[in-house]
Amino acid sequence: MAAEKRVVFRSAWLPWVLLAPQVAVIGVFFFWPAAQALLQSFQQQDAFGISTEWVGLQNFRQLFSDGSYLESFKTTAVFSISVAVLGISISLLLAVYADRVIRGALAYKTLLIWPYAVAPAVAGVLWLFMFAPSIGVVSYALRKSGVQWNHLLNGDQAMLLVVMAAVWKQISYNFLFFLAGLSSIPKSLIEAAAIDGAGPWRRFWTIILPLLSPTTFFLLVINIVYAFFDTFGIIDAATEGGPGKDTAILVYKVYYDGFKALDLGGSAAQSVVLMVIVVALTVVQFRFVEKKVNY
Amino acid sequence: MKNKFLAASSLALALGFAGPAQAQVEIQWWHSMGGALGEWVTDLAKGFNDSQKAYKVVPTFKGSYPESLTAGIAAFRAGNAPDILQVFEVGTATMMASKGAIVPVGKVMADAGKPFDQKAYISAVSGYYTAPNGQILSYPFNSSTTVFYYNKDAFKAAGIDPEKAPATWPEVALAAAKLKASGHACPFTTSWQSWTQLESFSAWHNTLFATKNNGFGGTDTRLVINGPLQVRHIENLANMAKQGLFVYKGRNNTPDATFPSGECAMFTGSSGLYGAAKKNAKFAFGIAPLPYYPDVPGAPQNTVIGGASLWVMAGKTPEKYKGVATFFDYLSSPDVQSASHKRTGYLPITTAAYQVTEKSGFYKENPGTDVAVTQMIRKTTDKSRGIRLGNFLLIRTIVDEELEQVWGGKKSAKEALDAATQRGNEQLAKFQAANKS
Repeated sequence: MAAEKRVVFRSAWLPWVLLAPQVAVIGVFFFWPAAQALLQSFQQQDAFGISTEWVGLQNFRQLFSDGSYLESFKTTAVFSISVAVLGISISLLLAVYADRVIRGALAYKTLLIWPYAVAPAVAGVLWLFMFAPSIGVVSYALRKSGVQWNHLLNGDQAMLLVVMAAVWKQISYNFLFFLAGLSSIPKSLIEAAAIDGAGPWRRFWTIILPLLSPTTFFLLVINIVYAFFDTFGIIDAATEGGPGKDTAILVYKVYYDGFKALDLGGSAAQSVVLMVIVVALTVVQFRFVEKKVNY
Repeated sequence: MKNKFLAASSLALALGFAGPAQAQVEIQWWHSMGGALGEWVTDLAKGFNDSQKAYKVVPTFKGSYPESLTAGIAAFRAGNAPDILQVFEVGTATMMASKGAIVPVGKVMADAGKPFDQKAYISAVSGYYTAPNGQILSYPFNSSTTVFYYNKDAFKAAGIDPEKAPATWPEVALAAAKLKASGHACPFTTSWQSWTQLESFSAWHNTLFATKNNGFGGTDTRLVINGPLQVRHIENLANMAKQGLFVYKGRNNTPDATFPSGECAMFTGSSGLYGAAKKNAKFAFGIAPLPYYPDVPGAPQNTVIGGASLWVMAGKTPEKYKGVATFFDYLSSPDVQSASHKRTGYLPITTAAYQVTEKSGFYKENPGTDVAVTQMIRKTTDKSRGIRLGNFLLIRTIVDEELEQVWGGKKSAKEALDAATQRGNEQLAKFQAANKS
C-alpha cells in the first residue's frame, strides 16, 4: 500500500466535475427523498396536502407508544434473519452443485436465474395460490398428509409462507454471485487439497468458503437490505400483514400507512426509523463482520 | 429513439381521436371498475357521449379503490387532477375534509342550472354523501349494501327448508350445525368482516358504531364497538368458529369466491356480488336480509351502504363543471339508473329508478334482488344513517387484525374489541388533529 505511486490532480475543480454525475444521481434519488421524508416526519398533513402543520416529534412519540409497532421490530428481525440466512445458504448449496455439473450446465444455470425476473407482488401471488387454504395445491397435499395448513389464522405458517416466497425470489441473485465467486477460485488450490487427502466437505469448509467470504459478506448486506425494503410487495400480495400483525414487517407498515391509509406524517416517521436501523446495521456489518472477511 | 417513436405514435393516436371532436369539452373520469364493471362504465360514458355533442366523458381505469384514490391525490398535488374521481365509501370522510380539493356536487349542479333534488334520491344513499349543512358533496354512483346469501341445494341436502332463509343469528347457527352434520366443510363465512359484522350489524340493530352519530356529527367521533351487543355477536361467531360452523376466509372481498364456488353454504357480503353469483354458481341460491338478534329492540332497522361515489375536483374551468353536471344529470335519469341496477346489482339511487325496475317485473323474475333495496329504503335513524370516519381504511385493518385474533382463539371477543376501540380511537384523534379547520 505505502509503496504505491500516487497520481495527484492539481486542479481544484476537475475532481468535482468528474464526481458530479454520481453526486447528482445520489442527490436526486437518495438525499432529496430522504430529506423530504425527514421533513414530513415532523409534519402532519391532510391527504391532499392543503394544510400542513408542524408537529415536532409527535409522529415519533405516537409510533413508539404504539405497542404493535414495537412488536413489529421483532417480526422484522425474525423475517429478515430467516430470509438472509436461508437465502444465502440455499443459493450457496445450489451454486456449489451447479458449478460441478458439466453437461447441461447452462440450462441449469439459466433456470436457476429465472425467478429473479419475477416481480415481488407476482411472487407473492404465486406462493399464495399454492398455499391457499381452500384451493392451493400444496395445502391440499398437506391436508392429505395430516397437516392443517391455514395461514389465514396461523401466524407461524403465514410467516413461513412469506419467508419462502421472499427467499425463492432472492435465491437467483445470490446464486449468480456465488457462481461467479466459485469460478474465480483457482482449480489448482482445490486439486492440491484433494491430493493432500482432503475430502469434499473439508475442501468446502477450509478452501471454498473462506475464499467466498467477500461474496458472502456482500450478499449478507444486500440480503438484509432486500428483506428490509424490497419485500412489501410479497407481503401485501400474500398475507396483507396478517393474521393480526404477525407478518407486518416495518416496511410493510410504511407502505400501508403512506399509500393506502394516506397518513404521510406517520409513514415518513416510520421510514426515518427504518433508515436509521438499516444504516446502523450496515455500519455494524462493516465494522465487525467485515473483519472476518479475507479479500 | 424508442421513446421518440412512442411519443410520436401516441401523439398521432391522440390527434386521431381528437380530430372529429375539436369543439367538445373533454371530461376526465378516473375510476376503479375492473372486469365486467369496467365494461359497464365504458358503456355509460358511451351512452352519454352519444346522447349529446358538447361534452365527451373519457373514463380511465386507475386500479383498485385505494390505488385510484392515491393516484388522484398524487395528481392533485402535481396540479393535474382528473375532473371526476371515483372514491370508495371508506374514503368519504377524507374527501369531505379536503375542502380545497373538491367542489360540492350540489354546487356544481346548481351552477349549471340542474339543481340536485335530494328528495328524489334514496335517503340512506344520498344522506351518506351529504354535509351537515344539507349540501350534497359527491354523486352517489355505485352503492351496495350487506346481504345474506345461501345455497339452496346445500340446505336441501342438510334437510333444511330451502325456501325459508334463516332470519336471525340463532337460526343461522342452527342451520350451520345441520349443514356441518351433512358434511359441509364451510357452513358460514363472510367477506368485509368489519363492514358486515360490525358496521352494518350495528346499524341493523339501531346501535351506534361510533359516537357523534357514527361520525356524521363531527370529527371528534370515537368508536364504541366494544359495546355489549357487538361483544355478544363476536363471541357468538367465535363459538361458531370453534365448532367449525364459521370458517374464516380472509380479509376484504377475498372470501367472495367461496360462495359461488359452492365451498361455503351461507355467506354475508355485498349485494354487488349478485352478478358474479348468478353467472358462476352451479346451484340454486337465495338472497335474504341480514340476520339479526330478535331480542334487541329496534332490530331490524336498516343496513349501511358500501360502494363508491364520484367527486368533482377543484380548479377546473366553468365549461368543464357544466359538462360534469350534464353527465350526472344523465346518470340520474330513471332509465339509466334502472338499467345499471339490473346489470350490476348495485342499488338504484333514486326512488323513480326503483319503481321503473319494479314495473319491469325484474324483481319477480329474479327473486332476492330487491332485498338490498328494501333493506335500504326504510326511514333511517341517527344511529343507522351510515358510518363516516376519518382514517377509516386504517380502522378497518385494525378491526381485521383484532378479529383474526378472535377467530384464531388468541383473544376473547371483549379483549379484541376493546383493543380495536382503543387503537381505532388513536387514528380518529389523529384525523381530528390533522383536519381541525
